[in-house]
Amino acid sequence: MSNAIAQQRGLGAMIWDYITTVDHKKIAHLYLVAGGLFFLIGGLEAMIIRIQLMQPESEFISAGLYNEMITMHGTTMIFLAAMPLIFALMNAVVPLQIGARDVAFPFLNSLGFWLFLFGGLLLNVSWFTGGAPDAGWTNYAPLSTTSPGHGVDYYVMGLQISGAGTLIGGINFLVTIINMRAPGMTYMRMPLFTWTSFITSVLILFAFPALTVGLFLMMFDRMFGSAFFDVTAGGNEIIWEHLFWIFGHPEVYILILPLFGAFSDIISTFSKKRLFGYSAMVFATVLIGFLGFMVWAHHMFTVGLGPIANSIFAVSTMAIAVPTGIKIFNWLFTMWGGSIKMTAAMLWTLAFIPSFTIGGMTGVMLASAAADYQYHDTYFVVGHFHYVIVGGVVFGIFAALHYWWPKMFGKVLNEKLGHIAFWPFFVGFHLTFFIQHFLGLMGMPRRYWTYFEGQSLATGNMISTVGAFLMAIGTLVFLYNVVYTAIKEPKASADPWDGRTLEWSIPSSPPFYNFKQTPLVRGLDPLWIEKMEGRKGVTPAEPLGDIHMPNGSVLPFLMSLGLFIAGFGFIYQVDNNLWYIAVAIGMGLTLGSMLTRSLKDDLGYHIHKEDLIEKGDGK
Amino acid sequence: MKGWIGKLRPVFIFSVLALFLAGCGEDNLSALKPKGYGAELLLDLMMISIAIMLFVFVIVMAIYTFVLIRYRRRKGEEDYVPKQTEGNKSLEVIWTVIPILLLLILAVPTVQATFDLADDSGKSADDAITIEVTGNQYWWHFNYPDQEVSTSQDLYIPAGERVYLDMTSSDVIHSFWVPSIAGKMDTNPGGNENTMYLEAYEEGVYWGHCAELCGESHSLMDFRVVAVSPEEYDQWISDMQNIDPEATPETQSAQDGKAAFENSCMGCHAIGNSPAGVGPNLSNFANRTKIAGILDYNKENLVNWIMDPDEYKPGNKMQGYNVSEEEAQQIADYLMQLDHSEVTPESVSSSEEE
Amino acid sequence: MSHEDVLNPNQLPHDPEKATLEGKNKFIGFWMFLGGETVLFASLFGTYLALVRSTSGENTPENLFGLELVFIMTMLLLTSSLTSVYAMYHMKNHDFKKMQLWLGITVLLGLGFLGCEIYEFYHYIHEYGFTFRSSAFGSAFYTLVGFHGGHVVFGLSWIVALMIRNQKRGLNLYNAPKFYIASLYWHFIDVVWVFIFTVVYLMGKVG
Repeated sequence: MSNAIAQQRGLGAMIWDYITTVDHKKIAHLYLVAGGLFFLIGGLEAMIIRIQLMQPESEFISAGLYNEMITMHGTTMIFLAAMPLIFALMNAVVPLQIGARDVAFPFLNSLGFWLFLFGGLLLNVSWFTGGAPDAGWTNYAPLSTTSPGHGVDYYVMGLQISGAGTLIGGINFLVTIINMRAPGMTYMRMPLFTWTSFITSVLILFAFPALTVGLFLMMFDRMFGSAFFDVTAGGNEIIWEHLFWIFGHPEVYILILPLFGAFSDIISTFSKKRLFGYSAMVFATVLIGFLGFMVWAHHMFTVGLGPIANSIFAVSTMAIAVPTGIKIFNWLFTMWGGSIKMTAAMLWTLAFIPSFTIGGMTGVMLASAAADYQYHDTYFVVGHFHYVIVGGVVFGIFAALHYWWPKMFGKVLNEKLGHIAFWPFFVGFHLTFFIQHFLGLMGMPRRYWTYFEGQSLATGNMISTVGAFLMAIGTLVFLYNVVYTAIKEPKASADPWDGRTLEWSIPSSPPFYNFKQTPLVRGLDPLWIEKMEGRKGVTPAEPLGDIHMPNGSVLPFLMSLGLFIAGFGFIYQVDNNLWYIAVAIGMGLTLGSMLTRSLKDDLGYHIHKEDLIEKGDGK
Repeated sequence: MKGWIGKLRPVFIFSVLALFLAGCGEDNLSALKPKGYGAELLLDLMMISIAIMLFVFVIVMAIYTFVLIRYRRRKGEEDYVPKQTEGNKSLEVIWTVIPILLLLILAVPTVQATFDLADDSGKSADDAITIEVTGNQYWWHFNYPDQEVSTSQDLYIPAGERVYLDMTSSDVIHSFWVPSIAGKMDTNPGGNENTMYLEAYEEGVYWGHCAELCGESHSLMDFRVVAVSPEEYDQWISDMQNIDPEATPETQSAQDGKAAFENSCMGCHAIGNSPAGVGPNLSNFANRTKIAGILDYNKENLVNWIMDPDEYKPGNKMQGYNVSEEEAQQIADYLMQLDHSEVTPESVSSSEEE
Repeated sequence: MSHEDVLNPNQLPHDPEKATLEGKNKFIGFWMFLGGETVLFASLFGTYLALVRSTSGENTPENLFGLELVFIMTMLLLTSSLTSVYAMYHMKNHDFKKMQLWLGITVLLGLGFLGCEIYEFYHYIHEYGFTFRSSAFGSAFYTLVGFHGGHVVFGLSWIVALMIRNQKRGLNLYNAPKFYIASLYWHFIDVVWVFIFTVVYLMGKVG
């Protein structure tokens, strides 16, 4: 219905369509565009950081601005780039992989996106209103509670709003995967990407509330005079560190797990082989998710928790290397005996394996509590987490985008440009971050605005900056590829990669109801099974009938807008009580929209059988 | 195959380059050139972990390389369908058990070292040296409570002895790090006091950093650890105990400087034994290694610093003291003759400080 | 299932709250949400326990808390949980009027609880000068108990809104899941209060 309107009118209608859409495929587009934009902003901040550090005693930017840059780079990349890009992939792929027509809560899905976007916007408005947050992305108290200006207030409100969106998204995917699977799609037949999305959603559900509480306490301390982190009134600044890392460590796995899943699907497809050790892979995923909650204090080895706590957390952290190792070996053995096709998606995946292995190795080194007294808060740590986050998450996002681009946009990204984008990024990545391990051990703490001549740190930093430029070039080529593909490339077929899972059994891009008839799943890699038995598509599980679809709604947008307005009110009521008016307006808008949602019937609509037949195969 | 060589090349080249070009970093700064007990213990631990990790990495890369060469799809193989293997139980067991064993090998020395570095049983001995370290935005205060001696920025310790530090902060969280002697430990405000110990093997002037983001001048919060012989250390302590803050300087300019100092500076800066105040303790200022921890020690820098501290350490608390250039010169003269001890960084036999 | 079927109050299966896919989704989704809420309150409890000794002056838990009032509050809330069970029992038997009645009683008990809590806070602030800002303990106390109170306010508004909206048209497959999860929410609030009663008040008085 909403589709039809969009076709009739022009750009305005398309914007309205996207604002009100509850279609998971369109929400995936929204996440991708917004996340991509924040990725570019975060990348720009990274380039400014690297230019500042290119030479010793440089004054390219001031120390205060530098702290804002590092804070916003970290916060943007984690919360506003990596998270939404993962949600883009999950939205685009998970319902298709399990044979569902939509997610469990289409309305909440849209709400999750708009909350994230308005939270991210609020955070970035701080650049224009007197200074961005400057206490690091970890925002440790009391540096954060005493930071002058409103920067940290923006951090608190922005993350609170976008965090709520993430939590809602996580619940939505949990229920989708539990309840919406097609007949025959048992848990142990789910594609790995769906499995890892499932575990990631569990982690989101149990990790984000800790951040929510931390942010509330921070908000109360900064805006309402409470004393949680104020040592002069009996507060304790370490509470923030605990709450932040109880959230923060699972967050790392929230980011990487879905991409482990994507790599599994990609390796399996382009090796033309069933995933080696499927059940071991699932088990390892669950185990990583579980262990992810018991290791947070390894970020706090130098806080002074004592040798007993440090030892326990050291050993539990090392334990995570075991399931991760299982995954690496299973990927290698999936390729073993296969027929490996070197597509751009596969290239990023193959680059991931050694890069992430190095990141995992330095991770085990960092887990060694005593040795961490040297590594902690130095460039060694910076090198380590960029190896896992860039070498794992970013490589994974590039790989997954190349792989699923035809499903998302109906066209295959140009392969040649894909290869051209890969090499500078890959070489630049290692140039930038490998040397940083050594810089750290040579005595360069992280978050340093500058360093001095005569410390033997200049060469390493120069190399690192050169690498950063190469990564920027790779990113630009990828962007060019996106535009080029949109203009020049032909429409993709339903199954351009000889795929194995359900998403490749329907057209690229899929019709808005996804599956005309719900498919019947007869095993792992259902499409592959059908192909091997000589069939063209997947056997349907039901006769052709009416399809029930949800209505679009503008309410999610309005709710999020309300919180955005209220956010400003909360930030500035400290200066002037009149700002409570903004709080009232914003909260009124949000709560009013919620009430409307609760009281107004929204039963959706049906696509009639006759209309489905008319459209032929939907191609 | 171009692909996998290309992937390995940067890793290899730059590990070699990094080691050759930088040569493990600067003496007395780099954790890779340990000059003390903690740093040496930790470097050994790093080496164990690197050895284990390299072992794993080599195996992974061997399989990876083999697979990519052997099983890459060749021309004419487009329709080939490989055997669809489900998995292999014994392989799964192998790559679960062996990593567990390797990690156990690493876990044992890790736990040992963690407890070793937390061992403060020697602290209660009669002759044990305990120093109170206070982190401040953006300088360090050192108190020797048993000896009733105070100083800032340069921490004097006897070489070859274990020195215990009681660490807190007066404002935000800092982290005390002397990479070439020991690891780091956070200094927390409020009740969360930490302890660690330093043991420098040889005399020397060692670089120290703040390692926890603490504000604008986080990167400028350097300090030095001056390890001298035990005899010189005793000499230094007794010199420091005998400071007369009221002593009249010799030159006229320094005398005027003293007056100006008492007028403008003494509210925050103490000379002689004092707890951590608003600004650094200036005892023995004539023998400091650096001005404000970062500037080369000479009169010109000192005058500039007094005139416009924010230029050199943005966000520091020495703001709004408008002294004239003349006064600044006099104050500099006064401070630079505060030569309270014969033991100086120069008395360190192996000092390589530039 | 057509829209008419969904909205028809005369055609209800035995478990109307879980009869539709939307209902099942809501049911599981809400349990998940409560899982997240558990972590939220666990974090608040942790913070409270870390700061409970950071008092200022005479305003310690021992001096402040009066168990009589808290006991009454506990009884009110426990009873309201029971009455909401009755309401759900009548929903399963398709007796809309009795369901509304028991929900109404639940709301009244909840309001009673809220009144006591407001009195309690007022009392602390005006008799003892014990506020949100007076010490870290004060901040932690008002935050933990206040978060719970906020949940009570939200729960009450939600149930009242549902009652008014559906007053005229009765129970159907569309609103049954809504009533059901609202009552789940109410139970959760009750469980959290049991922990607050134990950890904050009893341990505060005894420990």
